[in-house]
Amino acid sequence: MNLSLLLEMAASTLDDRTAVVSGDVALSYAELDAAARRVAGKLVEDGANGLIYCGTNDASFPIALFGSAYAGVPFIPMNYRLGDEQLAPLVQANPGCMVVAEEGGVAGADPAATVDRRRLVEASFAAAGDVELPPFVDPDDVAVVLYTSGTSGTPKAALLRHRHLTAYVIGTVEFASADPADAALVTVPPYHIAGMANLLSNLYAGRRIVYLDAFDPQVWLDTIRAEGVTQAMVVPTMLARVVAHLDGKPADVPTLRTLSYGGARMPLPVLERALELFEGTGFVNAYGLTETSSTIALLGPDDHAAAFAGDPEAKVRLGSVGKVLPGIEVEVRDELDQPMPVGEPGLVFLRGEQISGEYDQGSVVDAEGWFPTKDRGWIDAEGYLFIEGRADDTIIRGGENIAPAEIEDVLVRHDAIADAVVVGVPDEEWGQRIAAAVVLEEGTALSAEELQAYCREHLRSSKTPEIVVFRDELPRTPTGKLLRRQVVADLSA
Amino acid sequence: MEIKAGSRLACPECSVELVVVRPPSTAVVLTCGGAELVEAGADRPGGGHADASGEGTLVGKRYADEDTGLEVLCAKPGPGELAADGRAVPIKGAKPLPSSD
Repeated sequence: MNLSLLLEMAASTLDDRTAVVSGDVALSYAELDAAARRVAGKLVEDGANGLIYCGTNDASFPIALFGSAYAGVPFIPMNYRLGDEQLAPLVQANPGCMVVAEEGGVAGADPAATVDRRRLVEASFAAAGDVELPPFVDPDDVAVVLYTSGTSGTPKAALLRHRHLTAYVIGTVEFASADPADAALVTVPPYHIAGMANLLSNLYAGRRIVYLDAFDPQVWLDTIRAEGVTQAMVVPTMLARVVAHLDGKPADVPTLRTLSYGGARMPLPVLERALELFEGTGFVNAYGLTETSSTIALLGPDDHAAAFAGDPEAKVRLGSVGKVLPGIEVEVRDELDQPMPVGEPGLVFLRGEQISGEYDQGSVVDAEGWFPTKDRGWIDAEGYLFIEGRADDTIIRGGENIAPAEIEDVLVRHDAIADAVVVGVPDEEWGQRIAAAVVLEEGTALSAEELQAYCREHLRSSKTPEIVVFRDELPRTPTGKLLRRQVVADLSA
Repeated sequence: MEIKAGSRLACPECSVELVVVRPPSTAVVLTCGGAELVEAGADRPGGGHADASGEGTLVGKRYADEDTGLEVLCAKPGPGELAADGRAVPIKGAKPLPSSD
């Protein structure tokens, strides 16, 4: 299957229902389809090898994505916030592409092949109709090239083929099942797998997609109320900002049925406060990776509600990412590739039709189809998957494997601590020592000794940070992932 | 006719169009309302089906033949119903999931 079929089906079935709203632009499914075909015509006419999208969240994003799919060339979204010295090599690694950009163009791109994002919605864009679009696009062709966030190295180009993305969508979403009044508010960026999956699922479900260009807690709440938004997806930093902004007041968003979160680990105190403030909203935790075409496991509203009601087992599972989706297999293995028993942590492997596990440098999927996520985790007796974090981030202190997340979870539960990161810094005696960088709540005071005493009370002493520093903020990616390497460099200096 | 992944099939007699999600493990004759499907773009006389009293083939539904593993997605609906070597091809049940996007 080709991605463009998703839009084609939606356009022929839903026709003049509104597909996407951003700022003062609103496009129906039929208009979105027509605009995408015009972009496809231009790509075919120009003989472009692909489409680089270097813009904000906007109606031009779905037009460019489906235009690429109709033309049978890869869609390559890039982070428009990157500096010129980071962006230029990525653009140059993809020669012969049309570049869709904000005003002013993109570093490293040929100005003659660069198009202002705003032109894509114009009917005058490209001479449509005269250009014949390819009648068949192989499901095995690359649909999307996504640069991973690169928290553990330089960004890698992950390849998602049409068959991966369509397997995710048709396997998890019922076509045109949304009520005509349903609307999804999207604030995750187009260059993130969550932004991609969001667009495809909502469009296939027939939901109106409302884009917010820049995230602001009050604007986000106002937009939900003004547009009658029924579902929204946020990364943890966004939810933390909303919760802080509400300052104990109810969110007052009666239309919001589902609030899903993912993209990074959610601090439990933030989640617990959010559950209190968003009365009547179902929470969904979605876990997935770029290489798995987004979500592969879900913790649903019932699990969240049970935890909120005080069920002790459900409270523990609030720290999990739920159960894997139908059609996805999961295995936890040790360093020697041997399966681990229930409840024992190890390396998480995944298998399924939506899983690509492939980069421009080659595939990392093994002969049996298993993809090594490089995440550490375990599965409980009921099949709930718990993710500790990246295997690379595991601290090995005197031969003991310590998951930073376990210590961070304890730290952020302290009233005076707003944010915390725990890393291993090189040490001659222990191999690694545990170091914590902590951001305090405004107007509070806490000494390193007090923090260590608090940790010893809640954790074993071998898991108590030996080095404690206080910082004004922690380095994070735009989607809320901690940049642990920067913290390690900072603390090792 | 060879049924390959990603290819589009159409009913010569009604409006049904399908996309092949998973090809069959062995050769199979796929019909809609009794008429063998053709490749999209081929001639479609469009005479309709003699018996069009069923629920037809529904857009957005997946149909799977257990015997051969063939799975198709209905891209355009119509009154005809699908059969593989004469066996009715049922809708593949999807478990509704909470929205994660």
